[in-house]
Amino acid sequence: MPDGTGLELIAQRVRARLGESSVTGTAYYREQATLEVEPRSVRDVVTFLAREDDEPFEFLASLHGCDYYPAEPRLGVHYQLMSRARVERLNVKTRVSVEAPTVPSVVETFPGANFQEREVYDFFGVIFDGHPDLRRILMPEDYEGFPQRRDFPMGGEDVLFTFNEHKVPRWYE
Amino acid sequence: MSSRNPLDVPYRERERSITLERMGADGDEQAPQYGTEVEPDTELFTINMGPHHPATHGVLRLLLTIEGEVVRDLTPLVGYVHTGIEKSCEDQQYWKAITFVERMDYLSYYFNAMAYCMVVETLLDEEVPPRAQYLRVIHLELNRIASHLFSVGTSALDLGAMSMIFYTLRDRELILDLFEMSGGQRMHPRYFQVGGVVEDIPPGFEAKVRGFIRAMPARIDQYEAILDKNEIFLQRMRHVGVVSREQLLGLGVTGPLLRATGDPWDLRKAAPYSSYEHFDFKIPVGTVGDHYDRYRVRMAEMRESLRIVEQALDGLPEGPYITSNRKVALPPRDELATSMEALIHHFKLVTEGFRVPPGEAYVAIESPRGELGCFVVADGSAKPARVHMRDPSFVNLQSLKPMGENTLIADLIASIAMLDPILGGIDR
Amino acid sequence: MTRQKVAAPDDLRIRQLRAQQMLRGDLPEEDLEQYVLERVLTTTFEKAQNWARANAPWPLGFGLACCAIEMITALAGPRNDLARFGAEVTRASPRQADMIIISGRVSIKMAPVIRRIYDQMLEPKWVISMGACASSAGMFNNYALVAGVDKFLPVDVYVPGCPPRPEALTYGVNKLQAKIKGEPDLSWRERYHAEGTEEVA
Repeated sequence: MPDGTGLELIAQRVRARLGESSVTGTAYYREQATLEVEPRSVRDVVTFLAREDDEPFEFLASLHGCDYYPAEPRLGVHYQLMSRARVERLNVKTRVSVEAPTVPSVVETFPGANFQEREVYDFFGVIFDGHPDLRRILMPEDYEGFPQRRDFPMGGEDVLFTFNEHKVPRWYE
Repeated sequence: MSSRNPLDVPYRERERSITLERMGADGDEQAPQYGTEVEPDTELFTINMGPHHPATHGVLRLLLTIEGEVVRDLTPLVGYVHTGIEKSCEDQQYWKAITFVERMDYLSYYFNAMAYCMVVETLLDEEVPPRAQYLRVIHLELNRIASHLFSVGTSALDLGAMSMIFYTLRDRELILDLFEMSGGQRMHPRYFQVGGVVEDIPPGFEAKVRGFIRAMPARIDQYEAILDKNEIFLQRMRHVGVVSREQLLGLGVTGPLLRATGDPWDLRKAAPYSSYEHFDFKIPVGTVGDHYDRYRVRMAEMRESLRIVEQALDGLPEGPYITSNRKVALPPRDELATSMEALIHHFKLVTEGFRVPPGEAYVAIESPRGELGCFVVADGSAKPARVHMRDPSFVNLQSLKPMGENTLIADLIASIAMLDPILGGIDR
Repeated sequence: MTRQKVAAPDDLRIRQLRAQQMLRGDLPEEDLEQYVLERVLTTTFEKAQNWARANAPWPLGFGLACCAIEMITALAGPRNDLARFGAEVTRASPRQADMIIISGRVSIKMAPVIRRIYDQMLEPKWVISMGACASSAGMFNNYALVAGVDKFLPVDVYVPGCPPRPEALTYGVNKLQAKIKGEPDLSWRERYHAEGTEEVA
C-alpha cells in the first residue's frame, strides 16, 4: 500500500495535473489509502492514475457503492485501483447526492467496469455518464426503487409466532 | 507446468504434439476461424438460453444472436438468484453476518468467510494467532481442491464426459467429511470467526487429512489420464476461447482465467495473507490461454494445494485458535463459571456483539475463481453499515462475451464451463 | 394433487357386499356385479400404478443455489445415489420429468420462470421444496426473495436444512414415494385417524 506520504504525493500529482479542486481529501486508515475526489473529475483522475502517472495503478480491482446516510452527500462510489507491479492498492472515492447522482463512467479506461457500474446504478441509483448500456442488472428490469440505499426497507415477511399468527394475513386471504 | 521429457511420450502422441511446451509450434493445429463478416443472405437469430438449462452452472441466462451455429453476439442476463445478501448483512451483527456472506459463492464458502473476517479484523486491528492462521490455510486449500474438483467434474459433464463427475464427487465427499469433522457441517459450517476459528480441530482430524493427502495425487493422476489426452476433449478445448491477456486485465479478470494466459498473478504470492508466505508452492500458469490451459491450471492448482495442506499440517503451531481479546471473541466456556468479566463479555458479545470503530476497509484474497474482495464500512455500532463482496465470477462473466463471440454454440458451452461462474456469487 | 385414499379393508367379499349395499336400488343385479368388479379392478390397478410411479420419479435437473450442490451430490454422487430409489435419470426438459426439486433460494426474478417450468411439466408431477430458502425465506427474509416456494407452487414434501444433507434429501424422496403410493406415513393424525383434533387457528 502507499503509505501516508506516498498518498500525499499522489494527491499532489493529481492536483498538479487536473486542478486544485479535483482532489477533495485524502484518508489513510489501517494502512489503506483513500483519495477522495469530486464527482466531475473521477474519470480524469482514474485515467491519469491508470495510464499517465509515474507510478500507475493500472488494474481496477473493484467498483462499488455505498450509502452514507445520514451524512451528506449520501451516495459514495469507490474505485479500488491496484498496481500489479508494485502490489499496491489505492481507493479513489467520490460522494454524490441523491438529487444529482451523476458520475462520469470509466468504461473506456476499464472495460471491466461495465457490470460493476450497472450494479451500482441498480442498487443506489448513481447515473454513470457515458455508460453504453446502463440498466438494471440484478433486480428485475421494471423494479422501482434502489434497494441498497439505507432508507429502503428491508422487506421480507413477518415471522409467525403464536402471539401474532392471528394478526398476520396469510397469502391466501 | 508438467515438464516431461518429450521422448517419454509415446510416438503417436508425440507426433500430435500435445505437450504444452510444443503448443503452438505446428500451424495446422489452429482452430478454424469463423468468418467475422456476415454474409448478406444469412439471417441472425436471437435465441434465449434461459435461466434453466442443463449446463449445471446455475441460473445464468444468455441472449444469443446466432447465425447458423455460430454465435455472433452474446449478452449475459443475471439476477435470477439475487438474494440481497449485502443488504441483509446491514441488519446483522458482525459475527452473524458471516453466515450470510458464506452463502454467496456457494462452492468456496470458506473463502467468503475468510475475506469478510479479514476485513473486520483489519478494522478492529486484531491479530490472528498463528495456529488459527494455519488452520484457516488448511481449510481454505481443502476448499480450493473441492471447488476445483466440482468445477472440473461439471465442466466434463457439460462436454459429455459424464464419468468425470462421479469420480470428482467421490473425492469431494472425502473433503466434505473433513469439513464435517472440524466444522460440523459439510457446507457453510461457519468455521471462521473474527479473530480466528470457532473451535480447534478434533483429534483424528490430522490423521484423516494426511490419509487424504496420501490418496489424492493418485486420484488426480486418474483424472488426468481420463481427460488429458482424450481426443474429443482436446479437440473441444484446444485453441478454443482464447482471450488475450491485455483484454482480460482490462476486464478485471483474475484467477485461473488470467493464469492460463501466462500471467503468474496470485494474491497468495503477491500479497501474502494469513501466513501463506511460510509455505512453498508454485503458481501454475498456461501458455496459450485456451480452455485446455484453464483446465490444466486448475488440475495443477489442486496438486499445489495438497502441498500447502501438507506443509501447514507439518508446521501447525501450538497455541490459541482464536484471539484472546475477550471483547471480540467468546471466552472459553470453563471461564464462565469462575470469572465475572468473562460472563459479562459473553453476554455482551452474544446479545449486542462487538463494536467496530468507524472506518472502511477493503481486503482481497485469492479464491478459486480469482480475487475475492470484501469491503466493509463500519459506523461504530455493532452492525456493519455496508458490506460489499467483490465477487470474482461477477467480473469474470464480462469475459464471456469475447470468449464466446464468433465460435460455435458447442464452444460456448465449453466457455461457460471453463469460466466457472458461480451464480450465487454473481447475483449475491 | 388428489390423494388416493385406499382405506377399505382388504377382504374382497366385504367390499363387494358394502358396494352392493351402497348401490341398492341404483343398478340392476348384473350391472351391479359388473360395477363392483370394475371398482375393485380399478383400485388394484391404481395401486399398481402408484407403485410404478413412486418407484420411478424422474427429477428435473433444476438447481438454484447452494442446495443444488447437495442435490447434485445426492443425485449423481457415488455415495448417496438417488438412482437406487428410481430417480435414475435427471431429465433436462420439464416435459419429461416427474418431480421438480426446488433446491435453493427463489428470487423475485426467478419465480415466474419456475412457475412456467412447473406448468410445462405433465401430470402427475410432484414438488419437493429442498432447503430452508425454498420452504420459507430461510435466513434471507428480505426484499429479494419469495418467502417460500409454496406461495406459487403446491409442495408435497419440505426438506429442511441449510443445506440439507444428501441423506436428508433421500429421506424426503422416500417420503414422497410413500405419499405417492397412497400410504402416507406422514403424521400421527393420518395414522391414527385423529379427526376432529386439529387446532383451530
